[in-house]
Amino acid sequence: MGKIKSLDDLKKISKDYKKGLDLREKSSHPEELVQVKVAMATCGIASGAKEIMEYLDSELEKRAIDAVVTQTGCMGYCYAEPTIEVTLPGQEAVVYGNVTTEKADEIIEKYIKTGEFVDGIIPRNYETI
Amino acid sequence: MSGYSMHLLVCGGTGCRASHSEEIEFKLRNELEKRNLEDTVKVLSTGCFGFCEKGPIVKVMPDNTFYTGVTPGDAEDIIAEHVVLGRTVSRLIYEDPSSKEKVPDSKKMGFSKKQLRIALRNCGFINPENINEYIAREGYMALGNVITDISPEDATRLVKDSGLRGRGGAGFSTGLKWELTAATPSDEKYVVCNADEGDPGAFMDRSILEGDPHNVLEAMAICGYCIGADKGLIYIRAEYPLAIERLKTAIKQAREYGLLGKNIMGSDFSFDIELKYGAGAFVCGEETALIHSMEGLRGEPSLKPPFPSVKGYNGKPTNVNNVETLANVPIIFLKGADWFSSIGTEKSKGTKVFALAGKINNVGLIEVPMGTTLREVIFEIGGGIKDGKKFKAVQTGGPSGGCLTENHLDTPIDFDNLIEAGSMMGSGGMIVMDEDDCMVSVAKFYLDFTVEESCGKCAPCRIGNKRLYELLDHICSGKGKVEVLDRLRLMSEVIKDTSLCGLGQTSPNPVLSTLDNFYDEYHAHVSDKKCPAGQCKDLMEYFIIEENCVGCTACARVCPVNAITGERKKPHEINQDICIKCGACMEKCKFDAIIIQ
Ligand SMILES: Cc1cc2nc3c(=O)[nH]c(=O)nc-3n(C[C@H](O)[C@H](O)[C@H](O)COP(=O)(O)O)c2cc1C
Repeated sequence: MGKIKSLDDLKKISKDYKKGLDLREKSSHPEELVQVKVAMATCGIASGAKEIMEYLDSELEKRAIDAVVTQTGCMGYCYAEPTIEVTLPGQEAVVYGNVTTEKADEIIEKYIKTGEFVDGIIPRNYETI
Repeated sequence: MSGYSMHLLVCGGTGCRASHSEEIEFKLRNELEKRNLEDTVKVLSTGCFGFCEKGPIVKVMPDNTFYTGVTPGDAEDIIAEHVVLGRTVSRLIYEDPSSKEKVPDSKKMGFSKKQLRIALRNCGFINPENINEYIAREGYMALGNVITDISPEDATRLVKDSGLRGRGGAGFSTGLKWELTAATPSDEKYVVCNADEGDPGAFMDRSILEGDPHNVLEAMAICGYCIGADKGLIYIRAEYPLAIERLKTAIKQAREYGLLGKNIMGSDFSFDIELKYGAGAFVCGEETALIHSMEGLRGEPSLKPPFPSVKGYNGKPTNVNNVETLANVPIIFLKGADWFSSIGTEKSKGTKVFALAGKINNVGLIEVPMGTTLREVIFEIGGGIKDGKKFKAVQTGGPSGGCLTENHLDTPIDFDNLIEAGSMMGSGGMIVMDEDDCMVSVAKFYLDFTVEESCGKCAPCRIGNKRLYELLDHICSGKGKVEVLDRLRLMSEVIKDTSLCGLGQTSPNPVLSTLDNFYDEYHAHVSDKKCPAGQCKDLMEYFIIEENCVGCTACARVCPVNAITGERKKPHEINQDICIKCGACMEKCKFDAIIIQ
């Protein structure tokens, strides 16, 4: 990547990425893209988040679902690790806790494919600025 | 799409479970089946909504209706009225306590605002290994604005005006610290980020570095601009490998973009950051010890003054700030000092991150505005005490802090209130204790930590804390006399008054605060030789109730020290001189004949 030589350069990058440049690069139908974030702080990883991330990554691809799986930091729900956040197109993000590979499979088959909620939702309990 | 057009989310958190949320779920399903709606509406249980006080909770999706205080008897109405007829059941709708208005839409309710994420705003939101995601969240914009448009003096004043105080323990004004470091003339200055995080039970600094490393790098660069430093150092414990990895990645990416290094964003300002690793000693979190450790010397504190702002790393003026403190800085520049100072209490602005642990249901990392009460944190956000036990105390401030009791539950949390209550903010560890915890043992636990972590440079801390620990050990093992309690207090005060650094000056706090708040419990240990919580092994006896014992000999056979004797089919007896109080007999007894006294 090139150097940022001015504040305007920075603003341009910010604008591009706010529009989801990254997502658009990854998909030809960004408006149908499913976004999955896996909380990968030390605590999440210790509870098996890495395995879940790999599982989701490969299964979503195998099942031909247009999705992007990324890692993120701690969401604060230590009592329910591993946690993942799933955003279906045009919908609010939903967090699932205590995700095992079986649960991940259920989330793909039910929630991601059909929009049906499954057990294990962790209600969001904070506001972010 | 699925055949379900509606979802009923029933809170399955421990608090709601205790008030029959499982039965509610069952009844809801029943009512649906009666109407052949089970394939159209799905009932499912969720984690805690953090609204335990008003539980059990049922949330209807997609319309976001939020029912509170639901009982199993309400299931029929929810299905018949809401699901079938589309009418909300108004008696179950949350009423705003101040306006007395009914608020059906959970998005408009105030409760989720109990937690406000400022320092953690990007944690769990962006990918910490992708600088572009940080930039998309206005990352490095504050730095860009500051170095192109604002003088160092004005920028420092803004931090001062925001009211930001250090989150590393002492709560010193961040802006003032920057001003002092800026005012010391020198050819070379340093910005140091304290990522030692030694308080056992606290992990917010780690989470910030793992989840939002660029935020801290940006803040350090802004600080560098304000105080006139071109070099930053992050002192991080080697036990944080993931945080170190993410920081390394972040530093590399920032350098590649020219956001660290020479002439940042085309300006005259240059700044770069290096990592320094600590070996995980508690005392190395103290700023002078930290600086010595970075210099390759022993991690021992030295007397202040001179403060690091005058004579720090390599003898040069050095500004030391905690990770969480720094994580607040960029957003203050983006949203303004007035915005920040509008949050919190009169003298403590903004939010504080707490690591909730111990006998609490929702163990986790939370961030609340200063002024939130302990009750809100423990019983609403934290979901209350595990297994429905009774709350006894909460330890804040780690080994330097104190235990607060039920009487303090409605105290608004801020720097000054906690000190007044006999504890302190510290780095934000919060360990919750229930009725089964012995407060003398808790004090002993912390002293054990302090004795282990004392660097040994000054006598009060090295010897005093050890003696203090021995006294507590005596009390817990039933060898203490009543007079010992006065000695405990006297010794604590001497250690506080005469120790060299903050470690010894605060280490007796757990003893003093438990003495103040739980004197009766100490007294029971020394005068009656009893541990009311039943934790101190030496003060309890396993005892066989004659009437209940059938003489099956099961206990005698599992006793590892042959302390139990008796004839077959006759009541047995435990020899207290031999018994090691392992509890094996009690576990084995099928007749509830063995009790602890
Ligand atoms: C024994 C002891 C341990 C400390 N440990 C830490 C620590 O782990 N992290 C931290 O930021 N500050 C720690 N401090 C406080 C630092 O000395 C210093 O006040 C702080 O880093 C300043 O940053 P702030 O103003 O941003 O809070 C400790 C202090 C003492 C006395």
